[in-house]
Amino acid sequence: MHARTRYHRRMASISRADVEHVAHLALLHLTDDELDRMRTQLSDILEAIDTLQQVDTSHVGPTASVIELENVMREDEARPGIGRDAALANAPLREGDFLRVPTVLEEGR
Amino acid sequence: MTALPLADRTITEVAAALRAGETSSRELTDACLARIERDAERLNTFLAVEPDAARAAADEADAALARGEGDGRPLLGVPYALKDIFVTRALDGDGGDLPGGLPTTAGSLILKGYRSPYASSAEERLRDAGAVLLGKTNCDEFAMGSSNENSAYGPVHNPWDETTVPGGSSGGSSAAVAGGQAYFALGTDTGGSIRQPASLTGTVGMKPTYGRVSRYGMVAFASSLDQCGPFGRSVRDVAQVLGVLAGHDPRDSTSVDVPVPDYVAALTGEVRGLRLGVPREFFVPGMESGVEAAVRAGIETLRDLGAEIVDVSLPSTDRGLATYYIIAPAEASANLARYDGVRYGVSAMADELWENYTRTRGSGFGPEVKRRIMLGTYALSAGYYDAYYVKAQQVRTLIKAEFDEVLSTVDAILAPTSPNVAFKIGAKVDDPLAMYLNDACTLPVNIAGLPGVSVPCGLSGGLPVGLQVIGRAFDEATVLRVADAYERAAGFTELRPPTANA
Repeated sequence: MHARTRYHRRMASISRADVEHVAHLALLHLTDDELDRMRTQLSDILEAIDTLQQVDTSHVGPTASVIELENVMREDEARPGIGRDAALANAPLREGDFLRVPTVLEEGR
Repeated sequence: MTALPLADRTITEVAAALRAGETSSRELTDACLARIERDAERLNTFLAVEPDAARAAADEADAALARGEGDGRPLLGVPYALKDIFVTRALDGDGGDLPGGLPTTAGSLILKGYRSPYASSAEERLRDAGAVLLGKTNCDEFAMGSSNENSAYGPVHNPWDETTVPGGSSGGSSAAVAGGQAYFALGTDTGGSIRQPASLTGTVGMKPTYGRVSRYGMVAFASSLDQCGPFGRSVRDVAQVLGVLAGHDPRDSTSVDVPVPDYVAALTGEVRGLRLGVPREFFVPGMESGVEAAVRAGIETLRDLGAEIVDVSLPSTDRGLATYYIIAPAEASANLARYDGVRYGVSAMADELWENYTRTRGSGFGPEVKRRIMLGTYALSAGYYDAYYVKAQQVRTLIKAEFDEVLSTVDAILAPTSPNVAFKIGAKVDDPLAMYLNDACTLPVNIAGLPGVSVPCGLSGGLPVGLQVIGRAFDEATVLRVADAYERAAGFTELRPPTANA
């Protein structure tokens, strides 16, 4: 991927392959119609967002949070947590005291 | 005393009546439940209601009142609603002690049927205060939207005109308070989701400073922007609810440990000597003339009350939208990664794990949520991270610095809440950018983490307009004081939708 080069050329224009790649990263199954619509809408939104490139931020640091964040430690004491049944109560598939998931490893993968 | 029907009165009025023995919590609860039932289809405000649990809680409150336990508990026996973003404890499971057990969907299909094993801090604090939970209100899916049309459970209708939206994302909460279904309601505000619907429904809505109220048990959208806050029918009502919600919570490490003042005592009705700034950039291109006229008239009212009104400039305001639509989706794409169809929520039940993830998420999330996950994932992906995400965080620094500078010369800022009144359902659903512009005047406040309130300032074409008051970090007291003084002078406190009394 030559993202850097492409960004300098025209950031807002994204291809259908880009949309498919991002959907893959986001673990989202999108239909063909959704992929087409997403390409148009994301391009429009990114074009509006690209106006930020006009702002001079060469001497500005990033803000991740408006408040000072620091590690908060609590006393290392045992206390009741959510019980197993409560924690499993919302699971779509359960087997005994475990969450059940579909096949993880298939031959050839 | 007002001649409004019982269900349409303020907390202040019904709390006095409760103490005087002129009404009971049971009567108030029944009045709200009757409205909820009457308008269930017409407004679609609630996703879950527990009438029996509410009546039981009301009876407990009445018993407490009879024992004389009402002193210093202004919300004792007062019925309210929670946006369906707050988790509420289920009956079953370890430690569950709440009657009933309301589901939490966040307006999404992916959480259909989910019942939380724990309660949000907001719910716990209100339960301790004796308030009566009626149910959970409809909202845009995962709080993403400005019209409530992104709910998987259908749009909410504005009680002022059922063909229009109530704003969003906390549209069910705003419409419930406007429509006489709850005396107050909680919402969440990431880019305007409390203030904008308050503006569109003629209610008072407040977003506190980031860190003022615990986010524990709030379904996360954008963690550096999300805040919880109240809707009410007067500034005083909102101040009373904020007083219960505010304060440090050890379960939310971003909740800040600073003293909580008496917000009601701050409502002196006096603004003489205060300097209030009006940022010219907030009167954005495309703003409706009737909205601008009402907001400017509101500013003149505060000048007449003795406040010094000064022109100020926040030059990066027009960068707010772009900054927000990088930061919020980026944080959302990370927060929403947890919905994988394994531990909770719906599952597509595909044969293979990877496919189960993508199918579950592809069918469980609605279009706007998918759009934002895609946008956020793109902005965070290799090669774009610096150009988008870091750039937005740098502009965030600039926006915050401009607010800090202006607020070092004025006590608070006055601005429109929304550039428009309530618009027709369906009018903007196919144009995400037009929808995003609804929050042009509110999202800079989230980017800077400041407190803001929307207070009704009249009607334009028969629909409500909101005046926004923005203040310094953790100075909700001054924000509320200005809004309350305005409200008393303007006399819109008995503004109710024409349909409410029908």
